[in-house]
Amino acid sequence: MAEKRVIVVGGGLAGLAATMKLAEDQVAVDLFSLVPVKRSHSVCAQGGINACNEVARQQGYSEWEHFEETILGGDFLANQPPVLEMTRTAPSVIDLLDRLGVPFNRTAEGERSLRLFGGSLYKRTFYAGATTGQQLLYALDEQVRRWEVEGRVTKYEFWDFLAPVLDESGRCVGIIAQDLRSMQIRSFRADAVIMASGGNGLIFGQSTMSVICTGSAAARCYAAGARLGNPELVQVHPTAIPGEDKCRLMSESARGEGGRIWVPKKKGDPRPANDIPEDQRDYFLERLYPKYKNIVPRDIATREIFYVCEQGYGVGNGQMVYLDLTHKTTGIPYAELKKKLGGILEIYEKFVGVDPLLEPMKIYPAIHYAMGGLWVDFVKDAKSGGMERGHPRNQMTNIPGLYAAGEADYQYHGANRLGANSLLSCIFTGLFMGPCVKNYLAATKGSAADVPQALYQAQTTRQEEVQAKLLAAEGDQNPYLLHKELGKTMSDNVTIIRVNKRMQETLALIDDLKGRYQTRLGMPDKSMWSNQTLGFARSVWDMLLLAEAITKGAMAREESRGAHFKIPDELADRHDMSLDARGLPRDDVNWLKTTVVTYENGAAKLAYEPVDISLVVPRARSYGKQADKKPEAAAGTTVKV
Amino acid sequence: MIAPNTPGKVITVKIKRQDRPDAAPYWQTFEIPYRPNMNVTALLRDIAGVPVTSEGHKTSPPVYDAACLEEVCGSCTMRINGAVRQACSALVDPILEKAPGPITIEPMTKFPVVRDLIVDRSRMFENLKRIKGWIPVDGYYNLGKGPKIDVNAQDITYPLSRCMTCGCCLEACPQFTKDNSFMGAQVFNMVRYFNLHPTGKIDADARLEAVMGDGGITDCGNAQNCVKVCPKEIPLVDSIGAIGRAATVHSVKKFFNK
Repeated sequence: MAEKRVIVVGGGLAGLAATMKLAEDQVAVDLFSLVPVKRSHSVCAQGGINACNEVARQQGYSEWEHFEETILGGDFLANQPPVLEMTRTAPSVIDLLDRLGVPFNRTAEGERSLRLFGGSLYKRTFYAGATTGQQLLYALDEQVRRWEVEGRVTKYEFWDFLAPVLDESGRCVGIIAQDLRSMQIRSFRADAVIMASGGNGLIFGQSTMSVICTGSAAARCYAAGARLGNPELVQVHPTAIPGEDKCRLMSESARGEGGRIWVPKKKGDPRPANDIPEDQRDYFLERLYPKYKNIVPRDIATREIFYVCEQGYGVGNGQMVYLDLTHKTTGIPYAELKKKLGGILEIYEKFVGVDPLLEPMKIYPAIHYAMGGLWVDFVKDAKSGGMERGHPRNQMTNIPGLYAAGEADYQYHGANRLGANSLLSCIFTGLFMGPCVKNYLAATKGSAADVPQALYQAQTTRQEEVQAKLLAAEGDQNPYLLHKELGKTMSDNVTIIRVNKRMQETLALIDDLKGRYQTRLGMPDKSMWSNQTLGFARSVWDMLLLAEAITKGAMAREESRGAHFKIPDELADRHDMSLDARGLPRDDVNWLKTTVVTYENGAAKLAYEPVDISLVVPRARSYGKQADKKPEAAAGTTVKV
Repeated sequence: MIAPNTPGKVITVKIKRQDRPDAAPYWQTFEIPYRPNMNVTALLRDIAGVPVTSEGHKTSPPVYDAACLEEVCGSCTMRINGAVRQACSALVDPILEKAPGPITIEPMTKFPVVRDLIVDRSRMFENLKRIKGWIPVDGYYNLGKGPKIDVNAQDITYPLSRCMTCGCCLEACPQFTKDNSFMGAQVFNMVRYFNLHPTGKIDADARLEAVMGDGGITDCGNAQNCVKVCPKEIPLVDSIGAIGRAATVHSVKKFFNK
């Protein structure tokens, strides 16, 4: 029988971790990526990676605490066994990365340094400056290069995944992909396929994500019958530099290292930030959350920032607050912060032109991470409470042989991801699924090499037909402009607060955009060489499909949970009420369930399944919030302008 | 001339285009409505939305590599007004302040053009294979912690590891050409990085051998252009010096061990 092969789609942390683990276990891997894998979006992760460690342990922390924090952070929407497995494995993931040469920051004694991160009162985040994602990605990229040299891994960089190939029984036996230079479309056989294709922030226009994060690869699986889990759960990160091309992330580590969020107490205070005295600043997160202060989970910080700006306290009455790292405010020496946060400070300096250690940064929330994604299975281990190691069903989508990992799956972060848990979930899933996939290969009769060629040919032909139609399109709708419209409506209506009547408008616009796409698309590039417009036009359709699933999921979920905050139509404009009073409460009786979306007859169809809450009982999630007394009016104080 | 920071104005952009690797290059000019705080990738995206030249001819959107847009992935490296840099961090306002007039955008010249602004930088990645650019661990099973690392050593290695394989250093290097085999600062820096690691050291000699042959470290003309254009301010000249010395020591040792 021919050698069995695995295809990995996506070369970020999850894809690379899966690839190297499989390669170590003697499995041949074909790795597909839109870009050289070293340029994958994981490179943008900044703050760090979480794991229980000896210092925290001696202060009362444990892998169980890490699990609990993650579950609470996710507002109890995550299935619990996979999360427990992840947090238990986390310390050994760090050890492995350490051995792979990741230049983690060090203590005087040569141990790996730790920092504080959102949703925890313990230092449990390992980091390499403020470019941790880059450093981890490079370490894994290097290992995969080693396997490439040894001939166990073949890379297909600048290739676009177009569709999974399923046999008559519905099993995944390969993929159709396109060379983005020659534009050749061809099939590849595989006995299992792993989707590690990342997030989908481009659906919202501006986000913190790389421009390759369209979600297309996952959408193409969804269109082929794979389920989505909780697509409506989308993280809006509290602190990013607003931008019209992208919002550049300012890591949570800025706050973990002592950065403080504030607004002037006086609305529209015209003075430069440094001239506003201490008693005329409202450190609203510290005031509202005396225990967690500036490192409350992201969904909460984001809503509080949104609220103060809505109430008119934003910097210059606008949609911005201060993230302050100056020595005067934090008491931390310049050089220390420079060393720990250099990577993000440079980004601010380069793109805004101001040294953020001398002048407070102006930031606002931005779309950041998809908690939802391809639905994947898990098998609970009754004895450990975690997952059954090596079980072929772990991380498998509903399509046999089609797996998902990393941000592309929905499994680990519930309704809100804690900071520095994504690097962990990506690497953990990649490594953990290696043996699961290998066991699937062993348990599967026959080989993809024996599947009739006609099956692959038919799929290739179908994709060529789609392409021919796109290339011939002569309408008046530019794909980039269609995308701009989609991004705007999604950003306006389906982010921090969600109101059904507004989302209904978005849904109508999505329908309209779909119609225009199908009947009036124009293709300004007819070339069959490196035609980027063609690739982008394909992904616009995918984004429309996912946008529909996100919006429908959000409309249906009649509660607030984690990043999903629903305000009833009639309260939408009641700015005189607090956000808490406007929003629907969490509703465990009716909504403690996973949204499962399937693509049927050209539309998203919603169903639900229960959440595994076998390990911790859901409880209220307040992070010790204090009653929101309006900051005392600064009217009485003299404001020097 | 365009006064910077003036809304309602247009920005003139001249782009060097090339349809295929073997086709002749040509220039096209575009006019884009000015907005404050634009960067060069935003200009290119705007052109893609309305791909019409300043003469009013419909054309295809110029193609370019881009991903992170925050100068950490290295994708969008190109020549802007003659200087090699990332298009995402090339902000339009300061560019116009420095040189009012058309902004010229060209592909890098030291790598083969694929199309328009996209070049083939696979040579850089291939060289990482030649120098065994990885830490040769036993495997990925849980074998406990890695070696303790001196905090001062981390101060040296972390900046080296921020190389995003963008190619600026090679574009600026007079020694590095399309037709020769010179490896350049990117590779020498990575040799230094891996050779400093307690486990990476095991392959130190093999890495030095890899940069001692044809196109290796002795071909460096010490122009020091590399360090001036590195967007991550990696101390490339220090790395070249360190590897040069190590290579010399290595060849002396080899001579006596013959």
